[in-house]
Amino acid sequence: MNSLVPLLTANELFPREILPYLLGGFLVGLGAAVIYLATGIIAGASTFLESTLSYVSDVPRFNRFTYRQSRDWRLVFTAGIVTGAAVYGLVLNPGIWTTDVQWWRLLGGGFLVGVGTRLGKGCTSGHGVCGTGSLSPTSLVNVATFLTVAIGTAQLVQALGVAP
Amino acid sequence: MSGQERSPLFLPVIYVGGLIFGFGLAISGMARPEVVLDFLQFEDFGLLFVMGSAALVTGVTFAVATRYLERAPLTAREYTRRLKEFDRNVVIGGTIFGVGWGLSGICPGAAYASVGIGNYPILFAIAGMFLGAYAQGYWRALRADDAGDVTDATSS
Repeated sequence: MNSLVPLLTANELFPREILPYLLGGFLVGLGAAVIYLATGIIAGASTFLESTLSYVSDVPRFNRFTYRQSRDWRLVFTAGIVTGAAVYGLVLNPGIWTTDVQWWRLLGGGFLVGVGTRLGKGCTSGHGVCGTGSLSPTSLVNVATFLTVAIGTAQLVQALGVAP
Repeated sequence: MSGQERSPLFLPVIYVGGLIFGFGLAISGMARPEVVLDFLQFEDFGLLFVMGSAALVTGVTFAVATRYLERAPLTAREYTRRLKEFDRNVVIGGTIFGVGWGLSGICPGAAYASVGIGNYPILFAIAGMFLGAYAQGYWRALRADDAGDVTDATSS
């Protein structure tokens, strides 16, 4: 579709409607808000990668006090995320869903996500949801950066004919 | 600092919060790389509503809590906003993350949720994320530039 056509219908912009997106986003925010109101903790998803590595690695960075101290609850938080999605997969949309995106894209992209989120102090949940919700200049710059670069990358990969 | 005074409710609340969070990611479609790639390729702009509505909910929550509430009941922590120091790693990291997100259509939270909907190929992405997180930690330890890298317990 040519995204430069000025008279786009809502149907073209949102082929899957917008309700699942609004509802999903609201629940993502609500999950973070429940944890925040009860504990004061602003939970992001990518710190888990480093805090969990402290169980198996002696690299000093993973064994910083804050990571060692939070690694247990971060494991529980991640288990909650997996379970919550499983509830959806069992109740609302029964059956197993698998992606067609090729394994090397997942592995290579995942590697860069692991590097970039930890170097840049956060991911889509930490910077994208909680940071922008905090109107943090650092987070706004990070989000603007990763969104722009991701759009460019995805369009380039598509233009090169890599699919799925 | 998190959860030093372990209320018996601490871990259950974290779990329930994660549950709602993961359920939301699954409903929103973000647990499916294809949906994210459709957004990045300008074929479906729905993801704007995911981040937008989520940030609105957390934004209102942070604003109310920091203004009107005393301390968090389970930990006695003060309510704060998420404000991190800016340095060049924020831009470099964001750029590397952007390339990875655009290539794979997956980010950390969505990848965990993807496991829950039975998407076993996503384990490639999760393995990649751990490898990447390990690589940057190892490299930074070599360069010992951790000194200028102040983050708090609630980094995401």
